[in-house]
Amino acid sequence: MAHAAPDHSHYYVPHHARWPIVGSFGITALVVGAANMMNGSDFGVYLMYAGIAILVIMLFGWFGQVIRESVQGYYNSQVDTSFRMGMVWFIFSEVMFFAAFFGALFYARALAVPWLGGEGTGAMTNALLWQGYDAVWPTNGPADLGGDFKTVPAFDVPLVNTLILLTSGLTVTMAHWALKKARRRALVLWLAATVALGFYFVYLQIGEYVHAYTELGLTLGSGIYGSTFFMLTGFHGMHVTLGAIMLTVIMLRSAKGHFSDENHFAFEAVAWYWHFVDVVWLGLFLLVYVL
Amino acid sequence: MSNTAVANDHHDDAHHGPAKGLMRWVFTTNHKDIGTLYLVFALFMFIVGGAMAMIIRAELFQPGMQLVDPEFFNQMTTMHALVMIFGAVMPAFVGLANWMVPMMIGAPDMALPRMNNWSFWILPFAFTMLLSTLFMPSGGPAGGWTLYPPLSLQTGNSFAFVIFAIHMMGISSIMGAINIIATILNMRAPGMTLLRMPLFVWTWLITAFLLIAVMPVLAGAVTMLLTDRFFDTSFFNAAGGGDPVMFQHIFWFFGHPEVYIMILPAFGVISEIIPTFARKPLFGYSAMVYATASIAFLSFIVWAHHMFTVGMPLGGELFFMYATMIIAVPTGVKVFNWVSTMWRGSMTFETPMLFALAFVILFTIGGFSGLMLAIVPADFQYHDTYFVVAHFHYVLVTGAIFGIIAGAYYWLPKWTGNMYPERLGKIHFWWSTISVNVLFFPQHYLGLAGMPRRIPDYAVQFADYNMISSIGGFAFGLAQLLFVYIVWKTSRGGKKATAQVWEGAKGLEWTIASPAPYHTFEDPPVIDDSKLAHGDITH
Repeated sequence: MAHAAPDHSHYYVPHHARWPIVGSFGITALVVGAANMMNGSDFGVYLMYAGIAILVIMLFGWFGQVIRESVQGYYNSQVDTSFRMGMVWFIFSEVMFFAAFFGALFYARALAVPWLGGEGTGAMTNALLWQGYDAVWPTNGPADLGGDFKTVPAFDVPLVNTLILLTSGLTVTMAHWALKKARRRALVLWLAATVALGFYFVYLQIGEYVHAYTELGLTLGSGIYGSTFFMLTGFHGMHVTLGAIMLTVIMLRSAKGHFSDENHFAFEAVAWYWHFVDVVWLGLFLLVYVL
Repeated sequence: MSNTAVANDHHDDAHHGPAKGLMRWVFTTNHKDIGTLYLVFALFMFIVGGAMAMIIRAELFQPGMQLVDPEFFNQMTTMHALVMIFGAVMPAFVGLANWMVPMMIGAPDMALPRMNNWSFWILPFAFTMLLSTLFMPSGGPAGGWTLYPPLSLQTGNSFAFVIFAIHMMGISSIMGAINIIATILNMRAPGMTLLRMPLFVWTWLITAFLLIAVMPVLAGAVTMLLTDRFFDTSFFNAAGGGDPVMFQHIFWFFGHPEVYIMILPAFGVISEIIPTFARKPLFGYSAMVYATASIAFLSFIVWAHHMFTVGMPLGGELFFMYATMIIAVPTGVKVFNWVSTMWRGSMTFETPMLFALAFVILFTIGGFSGLMLAIVPADFQYHDTYFVVAHFHYVLVTGAIFGIIAGAYYWLPKWTGNMYPERLGKIHFWWSTISVNVLFFPQHYLGLAGMPRRIPDYAVQFADYNMISSIGGFAFGLAQLLFVYIVWKTSRGGKKATAQVWEGAKGLEWTIASPAPYHTFEDPPVIDDSKLAHGDITH
């Protein structure tokens, strides 16, 4: 069949999507492997890695196809709007995912822990089960799970990390500005700075975790404090890592000249995602570290 | 890579049809194909979940332990709920949305067709994994679909598989919902303003918002279960400063909007059907839109009414009681508007209309028992009894499922090009409606008399009503096999349907041929006000 020219009067509807089913196999291998690993089987971890590999291949294939179509001009402005809406609502879903863990933190601090200390409706629990528990945050609970621990001081590495992420928000905006002015070299350099800051954040965060586990006695098993601390900062760290990888891809694509000052949705989507990760960190810094 | 890969995937021939063979369904990006996949999958899961319900009712046919051991009984109640909620009701509504929303708003397809494919194709994998847990040595999950800790944490090796299956269903739902929102907000034909959209589109827009808002919260909740079980965290362990009740709060923050996720699209279907067969425009269109939005908003601030007996401060009990009862106002608006639509209409009673009428009456019964449950001191008595079971089966079976069945009869001619056999449809309706009441109405009495839910045995004074309920259950199950036959027969042939199908039907979907061509509205339609049943057409 003759290769028709892109037609901007019609919304581009692809026929045949070969990658989604690959993704289904990948995600299934990933979770079946992880479940078997958790149940103590030896092959589980290999299956999990195979699943991750399949998903990575799927992402390359799928996004690669979309990028080729985009570069060839198949997408009109209405398709662009669909992509934008998709990204905005995806970020909203991520916000709600974090909301579950922030909710757990608030509930534990405002209700569960004071009640265990004998306040409110928890009076009898305290009197019968946990006499003498003084219920002060941070806590690893009345049974002192995981033993003594110290918390990570806020105005130390976390403050540095806050400055790093805020700066990276600035650099990604500078990159956007350069893109709008069609200065490719500046664009790539500002993106490179953003990527570097992102990975440096992850590096420092890993250092903090090692410090917490080896010297502070703070682990996932340190009661409700350890649970909320590591799950909130851990999921955030995963999102920073993902965001930094996405920024790297955008940087490479920028270097190849994929984006124009008018047409660069992928750049903007990743920038939105990066700002979202930034805002979550500000919430974490305030609510997990400072308060 | 070269351009040929793109060229292969892109056929600019506007009139090409579906691909051939099995791969058509695996690789499809067509909203009608994907809608069909969702609907067929949901019907299959409806039969699977129904079979589990039959086992439950067979065991409860008589007092004493009859057929299955208690552990397996608990697996059946848990799996029945998970399969029906995530496998039958939700995918059925997404299937209806896939088929109908683009045709109702004049769009060529869904906004993100490839992601649409993935949204569906995650589900068969997730449910294969979920159902496979029944065959594991430890058995499937048996702690109830709500997965309350610490009981759920005692599940055997199947636990991680169940959690991950729920994660996958959540990913599928979120992607499906993003697609529906983007389609509705971005793909409407010129002139199809928001307040001219069919009410089914409106209810789905709001439902999709609810899905994106709460499915991630469920993901968070079950992730915490997973880490409590395998990675030493103490979210739900009081010894570590956590609280098992916290799970219930997070879970029901998802769970209550989830209830409306399963009913709002049914409201939409009913709001399409009643005007058609009453041959009058929907009464109070904009009030219906605002009522739907109000219900959605309220759904976020009523969650703790599922856990009044758990031990909450009095102020919390009062807030959640009053907030819950306020929902009766917008729901009442909807019911009165459906009735007002019928007032002095020239009504006919084809099968979709019969199911819609049964919906209005029986869903309202479920709504009233919900009001009773909202009253805190009364709920202390009803909690975890068969009264609750009766309540949510009235809203889910005679509500959500009747809405889906009504929609299926209403749109089958558009999908297949054939009229379903009306006489069999009517038999299906009367058989279902009578048996469903025999099945669930006695459960109100059982609950008020104190019979607890999720227990395989019961005291002998509950024997009579349980036997009646089981007989109703078997009859209702059988009736749905008739439905499967009717759907199959209609898809194979029958009296040819016209484009209009129903004399009183209005809206864009009725302006295209039956069966709907593989591609529709590749060029946006011209909106003709006189053909719009919906919205304030004077604007």
